[in-house]
Amino acid sequence: MESCFIYSVQDMAKDVTYICPYIGALRGTLTVTNYRLFFKCMDREPAFVLDLPLGVVSRVEKIGGASSRGDVSYGLVCKDIRNLRFAHKQMEDSLRKSIFEILMKCAFPVSNGLTIFAFEYGQVYPENGWKVYDAQAEYKRQGLPNESWRITKVNDHYELCDTYPSTLVVPVNIPDEELKRVAAFRAKGRIPVLSWIHPESQATVIRCSQPMVGVNGKRSKDDEKYLQTIMDANAQSHKLFIFDARPSVNAAANKMKGGGYESEDAYQNAELVFLDIHNIHVMRESLRKLKEVVYPNIEESHWFSNLESTHWLEHIKLILAGALRIADKVESGKTSVVVHCSDGWDRTAQLTSLAMVMLDGHYRTIRGFQVLLEKEWLSFGHRFQLRIGHGDKNHTDADRSPVFLQFIDCVWQMTRQFPAAFEFNEYFLITILDHLYSCLFGTFMCNSEQQRVKEELPKKTVSLWAYINSQPEEFTNPLYVNYSNHVLFPVVSMRHLELWVGYYIRWNPRMRPQEPVHQRYKELLAKRAELQKRVEELQREVTNRSASSSSERAGSPTRSITPVQTFV
Amino acid sequence: MLSSLGSAGGKSAKPSFVSYVTPEEIKSEKEPSRKEKHPDLLPGEVVFCSASTVLKYTQDDLSQRGVFGVLLCTNFRVSFVSDEAPTEEMVRTLFKNKLYGENDIPLSCVDNIYGDKRKLITGGLVKNKYPSKMIIHCKDLRVFQFSLSFSKEEDAKKIFQGIVHHCLEPKSLRCLFAFSYCENTSYPGSYSYCREHLRKKQTVMFDSVEDWTQDMKRTKGNCRVVSENSNFELSPKLPQYFIVPKNVSDEDLTKYQGKGLPMWCWSHHSGCALFKTASIPLVQEDNVCCRMLTAVAHNHLYSVKTEDLSDTLPTVQDILLSYNRFKQFFLIDNTTEFWMSDMKWFSSLDNCGWLDIIRQCLQKAVEVVESLEKENTNVLIMEEGGSDLCCVVSSLVQLMLDPYYRTLLGFQSLVQKEWVAGGHAFLDRSNHLHLKDKVESQSPVFLLFLECVWQLQQQHGPAFQFSETYLTVLSDSIHVPVFTTFLFNNDGHRDSLLRAESPHTQRSPLNCPTVWDWSVQFDCKAQDLFTNPLYTEKPKQDTSVRKSYRPRHLRQLSLPSSAFKTPPKKGFFKDEADNLKKILGVKRLSRWMLSPSSDSPQTSSSVREFYEAWQTKPLDYHGLLLPCLDGPSIRVWMQRYLRWIHDVQILGGGPVAMLSKVSEILGEVQELQRQLDRHGCTLTSNHKGARPRAKTAAAVIAARSSVRLSSSFPFVTSRNWSFKPAIPTSLLQSLMVTGMAGNLADREDDGGPESLV
Repeated sequence: MESCFIYSVQDMAKDVTYICPYIGALRGTLTVTNYRLFFKCMDREPAFVLDLPLGVVSRVEKIGGASSRGDVSYGLVCKDIRNLRFAHKQMEDSLRKSIFEILMKCAFPVSNGLTIFAFEYGQVYPENGWKVYDAQAEYKRQGLPNESWRITKVNDHYELCDTYPSTLVVPVNIPDEELKRVAAFRAKGRIPVLSWIHPESQATVIRCSQPMVGVNGKRSKDDEKYLQTIMDANAQSHKLFIFDARPSVNAAANKMKGGGYESEDAYQNAELVFLDIHNIHVMRESLRKLKEVVYPNIEESHWFSNLESTHWLEHIKLILAGALRIADKVESGKTSVVVHCSDGWDRTAQLTSLAMVMLDGHYRTIRGFQVLLEKEWLSFGHRFQLRIGHGDKNHTDADRSPVFLQFIDCVWQMTRQFPAAFEFNEYFLITILDHLYSCLFGTFMCNSEQQRVKEELPKKTVSLWAYINSQPEEFTNPLYVNYSNHVLFPVVSMRHLELWVGYYIRWNPRMRPQEPVHQRYKELLAKRAELQKRVEELQREVTNRSASSSSERAGSPTRSITPVQTFV
Repeated sequence: MLSSLGSAGGKSAKPSFVSYVTPEEIKSEKEPSRKEKHPDLLPGEVVFCSASTVLKYTQDDLSQRGVFGVLLCTNFRVSFVSDEAPTEEMVRTLFKNKLYGENDIPLSCVDNIYGDKRKLITGGLVKNKYPSKMIIHCKDLRVFQFSLSFSKEEDAKKIFQGIVHHCLEPKSLRCLFAFSYCENTSYPGSYSYCREHLRKKQTVMFDSVEDWTQDMKRTKGNCRVVSENSNFELSPKLPQYFIVPKNVSDEDLTKYQGKGLPMWCWSHHSGCALFKTASIPLVQEDNVCCRMLTAVAHNHLYSVKTEDLSDTLPTVQDILLSYNRFKQFFLIDNTTEFWMSDMKWFSSLDNCGWLDIIRQCLQKAVEVVESLEKENTNVLIMEEGGSDLCCVVSSLVQLMLDPYYRTLLGFQSLVQKEWVAGGHAFLDRSNHLHLKDKVESQSPVFLLFLECVWQLQQQHGPAFQFSETYLTVLSDSIHVPVFTTFLFNNDGHRDSLLRAESPHTQRSPLNCPTVWDWSVQFDCKAQDLFTNPLYTEKPKQDTSVRKSYRPRHLRQLSLPSSAFKTPPKKGFFKDEADNLKKILGVKRLSRWMLSPSSDSPQTSSSVREFYEAWQTKPLDYHGLLLPCLDGPSIRVWMQRYLRWIHDVQILGGGPVAMLSKVSEILGEVQELQRQLDRHGCTLTSNHKGARPRAKTAAAVIAARSSVRLSSSFPFVTSRNWSFKPAIPTSLLQSLMVTGMAGNLADREDDGGPESLV
């Protein structure tokens, strides 16, 4: 697919040295386009190629200025857990300057008033990926609307809440007017709405933002009534669980800023549980440490202690544990749950979407997972633009955070524990993460549905799902068994969590598996298909033969069949 | 909670302890079914003592729930027989061991016994006391908790003392169950079970000249088979038969009881070979060391590298210490304790050093492989005794280089060759007999080897014919005192004891099963789980490629050999040896530094390069296999260590989910192949051996819905199936967010301007 889109070569420099941390210095040609950086070294057999979308570049920096030998070197810090270093001779001053400047310009189009490449990418795919998610259709799949839940158009023009989608599911007997009063009591107007409903028990997963309780313990009759109605909509239980994703200390600290959490006095029959998941800043710091530990080289002897010191897997564990508790309450307790953090677009998205992966097999299929991302992450306003910083040179921005990466990591952990329960494979998850940064597709642009509509993304850009759905076999797990209604409860012990080597350490050639295991399953499937075909052919031949001459003995067809090699 | 139940112990036993018992429990005590209960005894098994109304706690929760039953101690096991009738599913357990059940602990499998307040019970201390609660930690990592408070005081005392006596106190070898078992089984005739007969026949036992000759021929070695020790005249510590370089003289054979003799392990197709030896002190007056080196060097290209493993690898004591720390992570008494330790899991792993020891053994093996494969030099590995780390390293080298040893039978033959015939002191290393003077020599060296094999197998699954389950079962079998394989210190020891114990005339020694007679433990169906359905069988044409390979050791003839024939002079040995080392280019491969972190950088970088060079070549599962040794690649053997811990069982998941799907596809492929065969087509099949078994395994697994299997398959059945997930307790308490991250933790998600660093 990369071969046929149009890009313009911005600059090209010969005789550039790429300082590879594994191979050493490589000399070759560096090309920068408005989409990618391309380095090729012909000295090696096979030729060494480095091809990276500029979107993954988080920072470009000159290292140490011009050295005595006249070399200039600069480093690229990348969002995908690697750093690249280039150097080249300071022969003609103008050339050097230009490639550095071009890189600065093209890698950060937003900061330079340029357009992101996704708006120029013109590849045509058989399917329009923007049509993968249709909110109405998804709610219909869940059996909504029903006698207790209705679909409201109150946010059609994003007036109730500008970070929410236009289609919302709310209790039947709460009129739109009341929703507006509830919105006034919830941070950023993100009222409690339905994300998922259990097909049998009618227990629901509800998401929202924190209540605006403040230091004085403000209450809202409307909000209290609203949550009571949510509880009543599920006849199976007379309780409601409110999961606050934050550590209780942080939740309490939010009162100073007008936020806070539901008091159990105000919300009768509701039980509040804190899930102790840390904020975006802690997560960003953890990933920074992780990168230090895994890139470029791994220290052999203290690997596990070093890994532990990053706390990365500890955070993964807490997120999974939180989702597990939510799924358990809904599945085993038949109780509805309300999930929120502060604004309800980071930790809340992680928790609800993971719980939904556990509860609903549909979200474990290739298309179902796309729907899940479109719904829980994109439409409910996870601020991708701010968290990833597409095309923005301000790499120290405090809004950057690997929240979505953590979610994908959690899903990967689940695929490890349930190798046959997911229709997609590891490559699918890695592809999503790669294009999270690549700026090739419009999918992860902007911060909310409203912005996406305003920017006309579906019209002007291609969706990642168009690309993925054009070659689903690449992303299919050959071991997939569709246990339709099976709920997955992962084990969230450190014993079963591991670092995702295939993603975080993939640049290290030593850690690359020589033959991906799924390759072998694929071969096996191919073998089965081949044999199946042969058997059919043969049966046809045999019937024909016996029809023509019944006396002829079997055995002559042997020659016409070439031996099959079981494995390559 | 615990104390309310447990106070009926020794000191407060004066009043009738019935008064301490809750009504519920009294009811169970009054139950009429008090008749003698015992498990189905094995031939030769005798019950020593028993106690009824013993409460066996349910493992997986903190509540003091459990089942009542009879606790027995026999000459083979500690056994708990539940008062409750076994449920149907329990009877149908797929992976049933015929010798002992899930509530039986073979005496040699008992690791530690704890009393009240988790006090370690040691042999002589028990006298007249008994604890109200007894915790037994097993060597296969099961944990049993029994309450003796509801039994009659006499019974409780007796069973406790009986168990302690038979499990912890010194005993003589002939008290081990194997002897009474074998005397009472018509064993020689009884191994015609299913395919067992064939299988046994094919495991090369290395107890005859032919076996050794055959193996040397197979690898095209050019050494000398020694049969002078067939009646242990040379030394009882030497194997009955063994192979030495051609140049070793008869005179040398008889000296030093085999110390310093280079024993052939394996020949590389280039002609160079791997030898191992029990090292002799360098101060030895004689020049035997020098002559032995010459002899080894003569084997190929006049080159030899020596490697003293005692210098470079951890000692057997290090191994034991590290393993003792490691196993504690899995001997879990209760859920709270488990989740408490979860946060520090990774650093605990590092601190105990077990994975690092595994890495070092693998790395050493890779170094030896490099010398053989890349430099084509002979390698002589040595250590004191020559039968611990030498066995680990030599077997690993052979697994990496020789695909034959990656088959099930090949692997069993390898264990026979390097470990059983090779004289690994299984008895002393396991200290089955609890002899006080052998405490020092106890060490899980063989388990360490299996761990290393598991690592290789994890990294290169399709190269191994046997499965992870096979390795786990083999590691358990070490502690089942029935098999001759693990009961003795060497060939001579085995021979003399089996002869002495024979009920018949001196002519036929007692016939005991080896561990390779798998039908003693498992029926055919269960044995199907020993094979790896993804194993790639060797393509046929490969053998011809091998044959056409021309060894390159012709150069040998052109080298002056007189240099080594200088007559040795007494007192000049050291110079001689040094000189010789110079001539031969004897190199030490590497050095074991005290701190594992300061690993000799040279070697590890050379190993690294060797690995990287190998990695760039296309992978051949029937060629050289090297392990990746980087941090994340060395892992914990989950199946072995986590199988009994309820909270980490992945219900409906784990490797079995993959296995069942693969088996299913393989079954279909096989069925299609059969259809083609029926049509008279002969298609080359590379799958012959493995496929039928894979099919049955598929059938076995398919019999249960794979949704109901867990990651502990096949060791724990889904009897306790519940849809309740294990929710970790104590989450945040141990999350240490310090320093800068501490400030971060207090900040708002909104990356507003005030929160910019």
